[in-house]
Amino acid sequence: MTLHYDIDGENFQTAGEASANVKKVLRQLGISTDIIRRVAIAMYEGEINMVIHANGGVADVAITPDRIEMTLEDSGNGIPDIALAMQEGYSTAPENVHELGFGAGMGLPNMKKYTDEMKIESTVGVGTKVFMAVNLK
Amino acid sequence: MAEFIHSVMLDVDRCTGCTNCVKRCPTEAIRIREGKASIESRRCIDCGECIRVCPQKAKSASYDRLEEIEHYRWKVALPAPALYGQFDNLESVDRVLNGLLLCGFDDVAEVSRSAEFVTEYTRCYLRRPDIVKPVISSACPVVSRLISVRFASLCPNILPILSPVEYAARKARRKALNEHPDLRDDEIGIFFISPCPAKVSYARQPIGVEKSAITGVLSIRELYFRLVGTMKQVAVPKPLRRSGRIGLNWASSGGEASALYNSKYLAADGIENVIKVLEEIENENLSELEFVELNACPGGCVGGCLTVENPYIARVHHLRRSMTVAQTGISPEQERDIPRQYLWERPLTESSVLKLDDDMDQALKKLAEIKRLGQSLPGLDCGACGAPSCHALAEDIVQGKAHETDCIFVMREKIREIYRTVSQLTGREQEGGTKP
Ligand SMILES: Nc1ncnc2c1ncn2[C@@H]1O[C@H](COP(=O)(O)OP(=O)(O)OP(=O)(O)O)[C@@H](O)[C@H]1O
Ligand code: SF4
Ligand SMILES: [Mg+2]
Repeated sequence: MTLHYDIDGENFQTAGEASANVKKVLRQLGISTDIIRRVAIAMYEGEINMVIHANGGVADVAITPDRIEMTLEDSGNGIPDIALAMQEGYSTAPENVHELGFGAGMGLPNMKKYTDEMKIESTVGVGTKVFMAVNLK
Repeated sequence: MAEFIHSVMLDVDRCTGCTNCVKRCPTEAIRIREGKASIESRRCIDCGECIRVCPQKAKSASYDRLEEIEHYRWKVALPAPALYGQFDNLESVDRVLNGLLLCGFDDVAEVSRSAEFVTEYTRCYLRRPDIVKPVISSACPVVSRLISVRFASLCPNILPILSPVEYAARKARRKALNEHPDLRDDEIGIFFISPCPAKVSYARQPIGVEKSAITGVLSIRELYFRLVGTMKQVAVPKPLRRSGRIGLNWASSGGEASALYNSKYLAADGIENVIKVLEEIENENLSELEFVELNACPGGCVGGCLTVENPYIARVHHLRRSMTVAQTGISPEQERDIPRQYLWERPLTESSVLKLDDDMDQALKKLAEIKRLGQSLPGLDCGACGAPSCHALAEDIVQGKAHETDCIFVMREKIREIYRTVSQLTGREQEGGTKP
């Protein structure tokens, strides 16, 4: 089972819709609330990052009885130093975004914390691809 | 699982099948079947949105009638804090309480007083080191049910303290038994004067406790005119009030949370805002908060659909000014922990109603089928099929509750197809007929 989402980079209001939908689907599958929570938070953070830092992108979620895989891809500016970006508290978010409650530099660390596997590929000027997986078994 | 009993009723003759309620329902519990609205009871959370939105006034809440109290030897009225805001220029709460006695009750127990105790115990609870924050208020039963259906990961956040009305009912029952040893438990009738239908369902299927101490639930709206009359008959009201401003404030959104003297709180009201906030908490976006007060009705309990006054008019400012802050007599140092009898007996648990199948492989298959079907439907969410959206219809079809041809667009296509085949066939027949 795969789910596909286009994430609109222009609209803060709709940011979070994809992760909300994934949550609904996982509930329909009877997945445990703890796993749903981890997937939803990881997906939400990834989705918000694409909106704030990359002007939107696409998300694909593949669900099998063994695991849930999320791939988020954008053609934004890319991340020059991934290790630095992964550090808690590191953020390049602009001031206006802070007012909305984002920009604490906790998104990527949380994505790592809540998933069993996470990979980032990024090329400056080309875009970023984040892969995350949560095991069900 | 036992069938849920709900308090929303449909007047079949009035319902025109317009789908207003179908589209508004936050748990997608309503469908139009054979031209009339029908509620899937396991999904219904008693929010009352369908009652509010129905242009035909076909939906209403069921509640107990005042005559019901006559079946009990000892009758106690539990006025909701929201009751006081319903009267113009009310000079004292005592007038309302005395008026209730003249309606036939033997005693009154203010829910606002119990609310002040719940406030005290909530402060104690928030000091516990091992709790999941933000703590979410459990006073609105709609919110608790919504969490168990749609936001189950937040079950541990729910405040496991009796709601003010349950607290009041238990106290009132104990008081009656103590003061009147000749009474049997089943001779005591504890009646809540409620602003909302959710409390009607709550009394029958309580949350957090095995059995509610509430006997019946009357509606503010129904009792209103009777009460206005008896309140006028009261010459000098007997002093009965035992609650203060904090208890009264519970009627409006923010009243419960602001009483905690903890600035890290948020209060939201109206079912759509409640859903947004729960979504945010699940995404760990509000983790700096300690307490979240949520009320399904606009403006808080004063906006319940069994009230009389518009929630933004139902104010009790002039009353509050003359009142003490609270009357529990508990000082923060005195009360170190919460007496067991005021805590929930069982935790809130996940409801499985949204699950497609108990077996995950089967559920995955169904999900794929829903996706496929969803793509073949027009995506207009027109509601003509009786479901709130094309996606919801796809789910219903896969769950065997609806047919593809319930969609008028699919139906039209099917008819065209039949027409084409038929005309082809008849065309051939004609050919055959004209053969020399
Ligand atoms: N998709 C992306 N494209 C470009 N840069 C990104 C992307 N995702 C993250 N970054 C960079 O990595 C930094 C750290 O990301 P992280 O999600 O940890 O924090 P944040 O988004 O700045 O704040 P928070 O997630 O706490 O609201 C960002 O500030 C940004 O510079
Ligand atoms: S809103 Fe619902 S109950 Fe009221 S008329 Fe329309 S379909 Fe019937
Ligand atoms: Mg981020």
